[in-house]
Amino acid sequence: MNALALYGRYIITSLRAQAQYPTATLMLTAGHCAATSIEILCVFALFHRFGSVGGWSFGEAALFYALVNIMFSLADLLSRGFEVFGTDFVRTGAFDRVLLRPRAAALQLAGYEVRLSRLGRLIQASIVLVFATNLVPITWDARAVAIALWAVAGGIGLFMGIMVLQATLAFWTVDSLEIMNVLSYGGVQAAQYPLNIYAAWFRRVLTFGLPLACVAYYPVLAILRRPDPLGAPDWLLPLAPIAGFAFLALSFVVWRTGMARYASTGS
Amino acid sequence: MPQILVEALAKTYRVAERAPGLTGAMLGLVRRRWREVHALADVSFSLEAGELLAFIGPNGAGKSTTVKILSGILRPSSGRVEVDGLVPYEDRVRHVARIGVVFGQRSQLWWDLPVIDGFDLLADIYRVEPERYRRRRDELVAMLRLEPLLDQPVRQLSLGQRMRAEFAAALLHDPAILFLDEPTIGLDAPSKLAVRDFVRRLNREQGVTVLLTTHDMHDVEALAERVIVIGQGRLLTDGPFESLRASVLAERRLHIDFAGAAPELGIPGVTVRARSERSLELAFDPTKIPTPKLIADITARHAVDDIHVDEPAIEEVIARFYDLHDAGEA
Repeated sequence: MNALALYGRYIITSLRAQAQYPTATLMLTAGHCAATSIEILCVFALFHRFGSVGGWSFGEAALFYALVNIMFSLADLLSRGFEVFGTDFVRTGAFDRVLLRPRAAALQLAGYEVRLSRLGRLIQASIVLVFATNLVPITWDARAVAIALWAVAGGIGLFMGIMVLQATLAFWTVDSLEIMNVLSYGGVQAAQYPLNIYAAWFRRVLTFGLPLACVAYYPVLAILRRPDPLGAPDWLLPLAPIAGFAFLALSFVVWRTGMARYASTGS
Repeated sequence: MPQILVEALAKTYRVAERAPGLTGAMLGLVRRRWREVHALADVSFSLEAGELLAFIGPNGAGKSTTVKILSGILRPSSGRVEVDGLVPYEDRVRHVARIGVVFGQRSQLWWDLPVIDGFDLLADIYRVEPERYRRRRDELVAMLRLEPLLDQPVRQLSLGQRMRAEFAAALLHDPAILFLDEPTIGLDAPSKLAVRDFVRRLNREQGVTVLLTTHDMHDVEALAERVIVIGQGRLLTDGPFESLRASVLAERRLHIDFAGAAPELGIPGVTVRARSERSLELAFDPTKIPTPKLIADITARHAVDDIHVDEPAIEEVIARFYDLHDAGEA
C-alpha cells in the first residue's frame, strides 16, 4: 500500500475511533464552531465602528477571514500529530513506537488523529464565506475558484509547516511550546486583516518570514481583481501561494535534523 | 555469519544538569551544564538465527538502551551493530520491517479500535500481502486464543488479553527476529505462563530468534538457554544459566523435618540457614561434602520424618551475582 493510500486508511481509522463517542464528537464540533465565531464578531464590531479600515469594507475583510480560517482549520485537521508531538509522543515515549514501524515518521504523525470537532471552525468560516460573497459581491468564475483553491492549498502547507516546526522544537525541549502558538493562532489573527493596515516591518515579516500574506492577502487581491495598494505587480498576486509550499518544505528540512538528534539522544 | 552482531557497543548520553527551583530553570535556559552518563560502555555479543537469549541486569544497567539500538531507534556513540546484514539505525525503515518488537509497558495497538481493525491497519503499514496476512493472522489468532477478543476495543481488554493481542500485532508481518522488552511485567500467573509457552513455541517451532529482557527470573528459567547479564553498561557474563549458577553459588540446600526436636548438628562445612522447633534448613557445598554422605550421616544419628534437597532460587543467584560485581542500581 503506497503512502497516500495508507494516509487515507489512517484518517478512516481515526474517524472510526471518534465514532465510538458520537455525542461527544458532535458537542465538541458545535462548541468549536461557536467559540471560533466570536472572532468574526470582533471583526464586525471593528468595521461597524469605523466603517472601513485601510480602504477595505467589512465584506472584503470577511473574505480574508473566511479563507484564512478555512486553510487553518484544514491544516489543524491534518496535523494534530505534530501539534501534540512533544506532549503525546516525545514525553510519553510513544515516538519509539512510531519509529518501530516501517514508514516515514511524518506520515504516521500526520495520520495520527483527525479531529472531527475541528470541522467547527471550517463550517463557521464557510458560512462567513457565503456572507462575504453576498456583501462584496464576488463572482465565483472558474478563475476566482481556482485561485481560491490554490490559495487554500498553499495556506494548508504554510500552517502545517508551522506545526511541523513546533513539533521539531520538541526534540530539544518539551517545555515552553506555547511560544509556537504565537505563530499558528497569532498568524491566523494577523492574516485575517489586509496587509496594508500593518507597519512596513511587519508587512515584510508576513511576506518573507512567515509568508501569510502570500496565501491570503495577495490571492484575495487577485480574486477581487484589485491592484495591490502597496505596488506588487498583478501577475505575482495569483502565484504568491507557492510560498506556503516552500515554507512546508523548509520545515521538513528542519524536522530531519530534529530526527537525527533524537536518534542520538533518545529524548 | 551470525544474525545479530554487536561489537564494542558504547552509548553516552549528555544529561543537562539543572539547579532546582525557578531560578535554576531560568539559568538552565541561558547556560547549561552537562554531565556524561555512560549507559553502555563496551558490549559485544552475537546471536545465531533461532537462538533464544535473555538479557538481564538491574534497572539502569543498559538493557533498554541495547534493545533500542538493536531496533533502530537509537544511534550508538561508537561500536558496530549488524542485524541480518543491516545497520539498524542507518536503515531504519528496511530494518524494522523485518523485526517484531513487544514492549511490556507500551501498547502497539489503537486504544479505541477493535483488535481486528488494528491488525488490518498494521498489515497495511507493513505491506503484508492480503492472502499471506489472512493466513498469518488466523494462525496467530489460533495460537494465542484471540478469537473471542477480535471484536472488542483494545481499551476493554485485560492486561493479559492485551499482551496476547500485542504479540499477534508484532508478528503479523512474520519477522525472523523478535525483541521482547519485559513482556511479562504486571501479568497474572496464568498469563505469564501463556506468554512463556507462546514464546517457546515461536522459537522452537517457527525458528524465530528471540532476544528478551526481563526482571522475572522465572522467564529466564522457563525460556532461555543463554543468558547475558549486564551491569553498569558492561557485559558481566554470557552463557547458559547453569554455568552462571555454578560460578556464583555452587550451594545446595537440605531441608530436614525431624521426628523430635531439631538437634545441634555441628558438622564442619555445613551452615544452618533456618531453624524451627522440629526442622532445619542447611546450606553446603556439594563438591566438598557429597549430598548422599551428608544425608546418610544425619539419618544415621537422628530420627528423620522427611528430607529434601534443592538449590538456591534463581533470584537469589542473580542478586548474589550483582553483589559480586557491584552491579546494583547506581
